[in-house]
Amino acid sequence: MRKMLLAVLSRVLQSPAAAAAAAKPASRVMVASRNYADFANEATFEIKKCDLHRLEEGPSTTTVMTREEGLKYYKTMQSIRRMELKADQLYKQKIIRGFCHLYDGQEACCVGIEAAIKPTDHVITAYRAHGFTYTRGVPIREILTELTGRKGGCAKGKGGSMHMYAKNFYGGNGIVGAQVPLGAGIALACKYFGKNEICVALYGDGAANQGQVFEAYNMAALWKLPCIFVCENNRYGMGTSVERAAASTDYYRRGDFIPGLRVDGMDVLCVREATKFAAEHCRSGKGPIVMELQTYRYHGHSMSDPGISYRTREEIQEVRSKSDPITLLKDRMVNNNLASIEELKDIDVAVRNETEEAAQFATTDPEPPLEELCHHIYFNEPPFEVRGPNQWIKYKSGS
Amino acid sequence: MAVAVAVLRHLAPLGPRIPPHGCAGGRLLQHRRGLRLSAAAAIQVTVRDALNQALDEELERDERVFLLGEEVAQYDGAYKISRGLWKKYGDKRVIDTPISEMGFAGIAVGAAMAGLRPVCEFMTFNFSMQAIDQVINSAAKTCYMSAGLIGVPIVFRGPNGASAGVAAQHSQCFAAWYGHCPGLKVVSPWSAEDAKGLLKAAIRDDNPVVMLENELLYGVPFEMSEQAQSKDFVIPIGKAKIEKQGTHITLVSHSRLVGHCLEAASVLAKEGVECEVINMRTIRPMDIEAVEASIMKTNHLITVEGGWPQFGVGAEICARIMEGPAFNYLDAPAVRVTGTDVPMPYAKNLEDNSVPQVKDIIFAVKKVLNV
Repeated sequence: MRKMLLAVLSRVLQSPAAAAAAAKPASRVMVASRNYADFANEATFEIKKCDLHRLEEGPSTTTVMTREEGLKYYKTMQSIRRMELKADQLYKQKIIRGFCHLYDGQEACCVGIEAAIKPTDHVITAYRAHGFTYTRGVPIREILTELTGRKGGCAKGKGGSMHMYAKNFYGGNGIVGAQVPLGAGIALACKYFGKNEICVALYGDGAANQGQVFEAYNMAALWKLPCIFVCENNRYGMGTSVERAAASTDYYRRGDFIPGLRVDGMDVLCVREATKFAAEHCRSGKGPIVMELQTYRYHGHSMSDPGISYRTREEIQEVRSKSDPITLLKDRMVNNNLASIEELKDIDVAVRNETEEAAQFATTDPEPPLEELCHHIYFNEPPFEVRGPNQWIKYKSGS
Repeated sequence: MAVAVAVLRHLAPLGPRIPPHGCAGGRLLQHRRGLRLSAAAAIQVTVRDALNQALDEELERDERVFLLGEEVAQYDGAYKISRGLWKKYGDKRVIDTPISEMGFAGIAVGAAMAGLRPVCEFMTFNFSMQAIDQVINSAAKTCYMSAGLIGVPIVFRGPNGASAGVAAQHSQCFAAWYGHCPGLKVVSPWSAEDAKGLLKAAIRDDNPVVMLENELLYGVPFEMSEQAQSKDFVIPIGKAKIEKQGTHITLVSHSRLVGHCLEAASVLAKEGVECEVINMRTIRPMDIEAVEASIMKTNHLITVEGGWPQFGVGAEICARIMEGPAFNYLDAPAVRVTGTDVPMPYAKNLEDNSVPQVKDIIFAVKKVLNV
C-alpha cells in the first residue's frame, strides 16, 4: 500500500527529465536481505548516449546502480552543494576573502569521476576545486577552514580557495590552463612507475583555448600518456559564452588526433560510465582521451560575478528545475525503490548539520601563527632566515 | 699500494695543463679517465664533460631521475651536453620533446609533483620565457601553497646569458628574473667542478632548481680535483667560493665573468693591487656572508655580471651590503660592472662593448681604489 502511494506521489512530483530516467517500468526488485526490507538492492538505468570522436564504440547506455552507491553519490553531491552554499554565505559576510569559485550545479562531474577511478589514481583541476577536494578525501571542515584562512585548513591557511591539495590530488591551480600540462606530466609519472595508475586532468571551456592545452595533447598522444583530459563545459568562461570564445565549441573533438567523448555532465551515472570507459582506454595503453562534460554552474564565475549579466535568470532557473544533478539522482532512487524520500531527507539533515559544524569550526579556528609565515618555502630544508618587510624583521623558515 | 700510487703521482707530471682546444683534447681526456691508476691526481675536464658526467652519474644513481628537452636524446643534446646518455639509458630516461616549452616544462613539473625527479633542459634560457609561468607559478610556489604537502624536485637547466653573435633574442641573462622568486633555488656555475657539483646537488635537492649555464664555457677545460671526480661529489647550494684571495678589493661575480675577474686580478697584481675574487656559485639563496666577510677585509666592493644593470644581481648585492655589518667597512661606494643597458646587438664591435670586458673591470677597480 505504502509502495503504491509512494509511486503515485513520485510520478506526480517528478520532472520530465526524471520521468525519462525512470522510464524503465519493471526495475528489478530483489528482496534485500539487509537494511530496509522494502527497498531494492539495485536498479538498472538507461543513460544518454555519448557523442563520439574517433571511437568505434562508446560507454554503455545502461548502467546498474546499487542502493549503496546511490546513497553515497547522493550524500556526496548534497555535501558539496551545502558546502558551496555555506561558502557563499561566509563570503557575503566577508569571512572568506579573495577569490571564491563555486561548484554548485556541477556536482555530478566530480562525484561521477571519483566513482569510476581509484584512490590511487590522480586528479588535477583548476581553481573551481572545492568539489574535487572533497571527493579526493578532504573533509568539509578542512575545506571551509582553508577558505576562512585558518590554521586548521587543509593547506594550513597558506593556500586559500584555489590551492587545496590532498594525496593524489594536485589542486587547485590558479593559472588558467597550466594544470593541463601538469596533468600530462603526472600521467607520464604514472606510465613511468608502471603501477597502472592514470591521471584525470580537468579544465574548463575557457581554458580549452589555451595553447599549452594543445601542447599537452600533442605530447600525451605522442608518448601515449594515460591521461583523461576532461573539459568541464559549463557554457561560460567567466562572462564569455562558448560561442564567443571558441571557433569550435565541440570541445570533445578539439584533441583532434585524440579520441573524445561528449557526456551529459548533469547525470552522475553518465559521468561515471564515461569515466569508466575513458579510464579503461588509458589503462589499456591506448594513450590519452578527451572527455567533455556538459554541465552548468549556478553561481557566477566567482563570488564577485553575479552571473546574470551574460545569461538570463530564466536560463539558470530552467537548468535548476530540469537538470539539477541532485534532483535527478533523487528522483531516480525514489522511483526505482532504492530509497525513500524520508531517508534522503535524513541525509539532507545530516549533511546540513555537518556543514554547520564545519562552518562553526571554520569561523572560530585561529589564523595561522605569524611564526609560520615563512614555513614551507622549500621542501625538506634546514631552517634559514627570511627577510621581512624591512631588514630588521626576520622570519625563520621551517619545512 | 699507497706507496705505488705515491710513486706514480711523483712520476706523472700533472697540474694545469691546457690541452688543444676541441675534440682531440676531449678524447684524450676520455682515455685518461679510464685509467684509474693515478686516480690521486687532478685532470682537465671541460664544463661540457663535467655536466655530462653529472647527468650520467645521477641517472645511474636514482631511477626516478630523467632528462627531457629538445634534442637531448638522439641528437646528443643541442650543445652535446647529454652526449651518449640516450644510447646508454634509452627512451624512458632521456626524452626528446617537441618544440613546446610551456607544455614540456609543465609536464616536467607535473612529473616532479608525482614523484619523479626530472631534469628539464631549455635549449637556452631565452626560450624559458615561454614556460616561465610553469617555473614560477607551478614549480616554485607549490610547496608553499600546499603547506609542504607537495614538493617539486625538478631541475631546469640550460645555457643562459650572452653567447657570440646570436643577437638580442638569444642573449638575455635571467639570473635576476629567477633569483627574484622565493621557492626557487638558482645556481650559476663557472668552472667544471662548479658545473658538476652544482648539477648533482641540484638533482638531489628536493626543490625546484634553476641552473644557469653558459654556452661559451661549455668547451673550456678546467682542472678537476680528485675529490671532484668522485661520484658523490656535490657542491652545497648557497655557498660562494673564494677563487683568489686578496687584500685590496673584493670582486664578486658569477658564471663566465668569474674568469674575467681572475684575468683582471692577474693584470692588477702586476701593479701591486691584490684583488679577492669571489665566485658566487649560487644566486638564490645568496651567500652574502661570504661577501661581507671579504669586504671587512678589503674595504672595497665591485660586483661583476653579464646581465643588465637595472634590478640586477649586483644591485641586490649592493643593497644587502648596505643593510648589513659590512657597510661600515666600505671605504668607497660599492660599484657594479654589468652588461650594457641595451638589447644585444649583432655586429662584433657592438657586441664586444655590450658585455663587460677585462679592461672594464680593471678600470672600475682603479676608480674605486683611486689609483
